Amino acid sequence: MGVIVSLIAVLVLVIVAYFGVSGAGLQSLFGIVIPYAAVLTFIVFFIARILKWAKSPVPFRIPSTCGQQKSLPWIKNNELESPSGTLGVIGRMALEILFFRSLFRNTKMEYREGQRLVYGSDKWLWVAGLAFHWCFLYIFVRHFRFFTEPIPVILHFMEGMDGLLQIGAPRLYMTDLVFLAAVTYLFIRRVVIPQVRYISLPADYFPLFLILGIGISGVLMRYFFKVDVVGVKELTMGLVNFNPHIPDPEKVKVGSIFYVHLFLVCSLLVYFPFSKLMHLGGVFLSPTRNLANNSRMVRHVNPWNYPVKVHTYEEYEEEFREVMKGVDLPLEKEAAQVPAEKE
Amino acid sequence: MADKTLTPAELANIDHKPPETDWMATPFEFKKGTWCYSAKPKSLEYLGMPNAREWSVTDEDWKLPENWKEIIFNGMRERLDKFRSFKVFMDICVRCGACADKCHFFLGSGDPKNMPVLRAELLRAVYRNDFTAAGKIFGKLAGGREMTLDVLKEWFYYFYQCTECRRCSVFCPYGIDTAEITMMARELLHLLGISINWIMEPAANCFRTGNHLGLLPHSFKDTVEFLCDDIEEVTGIKVNPTFNRKGAEVLFITPSADVFADPGIFTFMGYLLLFHHIGLDYTLSTYASEGGNFGLFTSHEMMKRLNSKMYMEAERLGAKWILGGECGHMWRVIHQYMDTMNGPADFLEEPVSPITGTKFENAKSTKMVHITEFTADLIKNNKLKLDPSRNDHRTVTFHDSCNPARAMGLFEEPRYVLNNVCNNFHEMPENTIREQTFCCGSGTGLNTDEYMEMRMRGGFPRANAVKHVHEKHGVDILSCVCAIDRATLLTLMQYWVPAVGVSGVHELVGNALVMEGEKKRTVDLREDDLEGVEEDEGDE
Repeated sequence: MGVIVSLIAVLVLVIVAYFGVSGAGLQSLFGIVIPYAAVLTFIVFFIARILKWAKSPVPFRIPSTCGQQKSLPWIKNNELESPSGTLGVIGRMALEILFFRSLFRNTKMEYREGQRLVYGSDKWLWVAGLAFHWCFLYIFVRHFRFFTEPIPVILHFMEGMDGLLQIGAPRLYMTDLVFLAAVTYLFIRRVVIPQVRYISLPADYFPLFLILGIGISGVLMRYFFKVDVVGVKELTMGLVNFNPHIPDPEKVKVGSIFYVHLFLVCSLLVYFPFSKLMHLGGVFLSPTRNLANNSRMVRHVNPWNYPVKVHTYEEYEEEFREVMKGVDLPLEKEAAQVPAEKE
Repeated sequence: MADKTLTPAELANIDHKPPETDWMATPFEFKKGTWCYSAKPKSLEYLGMPNAREWSVTDEDWKLPENWKEIIFNGMRERLDKFRSFKVFMDICVRCGACADKCHFFLGSGDPKNMPVLRAELLRAVYRNDFTAAGKIFGKLAGGREMTLDVLKEWFYYFYQCTECRRCSVFCPYGIDTAEITMMARELLHLLGISINWIMEPAANCFRTGNHLGLLPHSFKDTVEFLCDDIEEVTGIKVNPTFNRKGAEVLFITPSADVFADPGIFTFMGYLLLFHHIGLDYTLSTYASEGGNFGLFTSHEMMKRLNSKMYMEAERLGAKWILGGECGHMWRVIHQYMDTMNGPADFLEEPVSPITGTKFENAKSTKMVHITEFTADLIKNNKLKLDPSRNDHRTVTFHDSCNPARAMGLFEEPRYVLNNVCNNFHEMPENTIREQTFCCGSGTGLNTDEYMEMRMRGGFPRANAVKHVHEKHGVDILSCVCAIDRATLLTLMQYWVPAVGVSGVHELVGNALVMEGEKKRTVDLREDDLEGVEEDEGDE
């Protein structure tokens, strides 16, 4: 169900963009108005979401400790899995964000003959996740050649590295291939693994299809339809310089496929701050990862700590004074005269 | 014991495939052995908690307040504003499924709603429906779910099938911690007076008498003195613990189960022998006679209320610092909550071992030291006379308890102690120990008899790993640093691996300690015969 709905939703987006441009001639809407609106929406609501999270305090220091604590000096603590201070936390977060440390731990349970539970290492999700995110970042950065003039050296270098295989013309980017493969894998595992399919919502399929759509339209544009890059850059530079205009269709040919690609990207930008994709920002704020395991060394303050009803020793002794006296437990106040026969 | 109709072989017939129907449309049923009895009004009234009443889980009508939905929503809103963890964890799960097969309850039951992700989704779906823009507009399409009485009952069912062990949080790429989510869900249920007796009665007892069992001061003292007689019988040494004594250097607090329940009592005997051996100036307290804190399984507020006794008593008695016994969730509270909730403990001093002079820098703010940290330091400094061969009749493995493992990072200290007090030690497979350790299946106050089927299911992964080392190395003692474990693992072992017993780490310490002036030791603290030691009769 979720698969079909999400697929249809993305196809609708594609169709809207295609006919909006090729049929209705709404180049200005899809090339100027929507991109500006999308970027603005993304920035405003992304920040709003982060602020909303940040507004809630962190009352307790609750790291999940995945390694030895710092205790006695001769016991080696694990600073990255159970950090005792800020430096360790930075290290732990860097590992988590750059290399998906926790996902690297992933195991797969097998329930074997003889009622034996066996746990094997399972790195595929980690590999695909890492490949997907890093390629996405690489491709994103690479796109800045459309938004800079002159193009910084680093971008030339990145393109050179990416196209090292020198296949065909234009040169085949390795990240494009890996990216599409990784997204496809993430989709397939979601459908094939029964447990993962069971937990999947439309909100899980939709961004996958959307991102896949962006990847495919990009690849089509670059390798197959070969849109006019000069025209595209004229449009993108216009956007960046706040001098937006649609390139003269007489002179350059920016195909509808470009507008499809752009519209899908805009859709992603708008969808992003309202979706699970916000894990991009959220992972930085996860209290089980970004806090040091030092709550016995350094007091953590809860801003809303409030007094609670406690049972004091005085109340306790008041209730149990007689029996306490009976077994010679020390008392704060002497017991009243206790009749000897009272039990 | 477990439902007699289910043999281990039958129980282990587990199907991990989810059903065909969508989870939101798949109903659950209150099956015997998988839920706990409701709390009696007496306990709730004593603690001043809302909607105290007689009710039963299987009743159609749970006798909820008219505006229960409003109470739930207001409660959610309040907690979203107070806990960043809750808010972030509601928003960022991508449902990658990495946590799915990490939960002991899922592994042992195959019920897909025991996958941590779905357990959290029970709450998240309602959150999406009523607290997010997407959910308000798109409803079910955005993964929303309307809050109904059935949903509420489902919450009760599944949030009392989570032991807050945090194993899933280790594997989650965003560190989403189901323990945190379960704590919120249970707090919400408490707002409506929905709670279980096995938690609320101990909590009420603890509030009143200082311990879960409701032992009155004199019986607490008598029971400890009774254990001292047992120690004398085995070792010939008379230990003399003091109670509520002002001016003692150290206040010692351990779970009351150590005083009262087999096999915890042997661990308690171990503590007392150790303190006698080193001449520690310590006192027990009848007022703060409970290390465990069932408030952790109730609400943050209840946790704070029960925990308050530790500092208040240490201050009243004028102790310098507090030493804590072997307990799992007690140590989560002490390590991650106590100082924040009831500190600063500026009336105490930074803990220093009076025997070795070691400063426990890691506890300089909270001023409470774990007994295995304390003992490891003693051993390292050669302050203990140990004869590990007195544990040669045991082959030992170590169960990392959830909280000391994943909410503290206490891994090496107990292992160092164990390796110095026994000669036969074998680890369980690496995916089942340390930060990946499996819960006993009965934590967070679920160690009650009516819940036995679920307990045996939840403990299945742990038992499976024990069985492995039992068959491979002949392990016959499962040691641990948790009082709930000592009670629950025993039942678990009797069901799945009957040849394996359960002990605390300090029971084995007590066996190995060579006490000055002791008689010839022929039996261990359980009065089981030691290996290769004959009783020399008539030969004084």
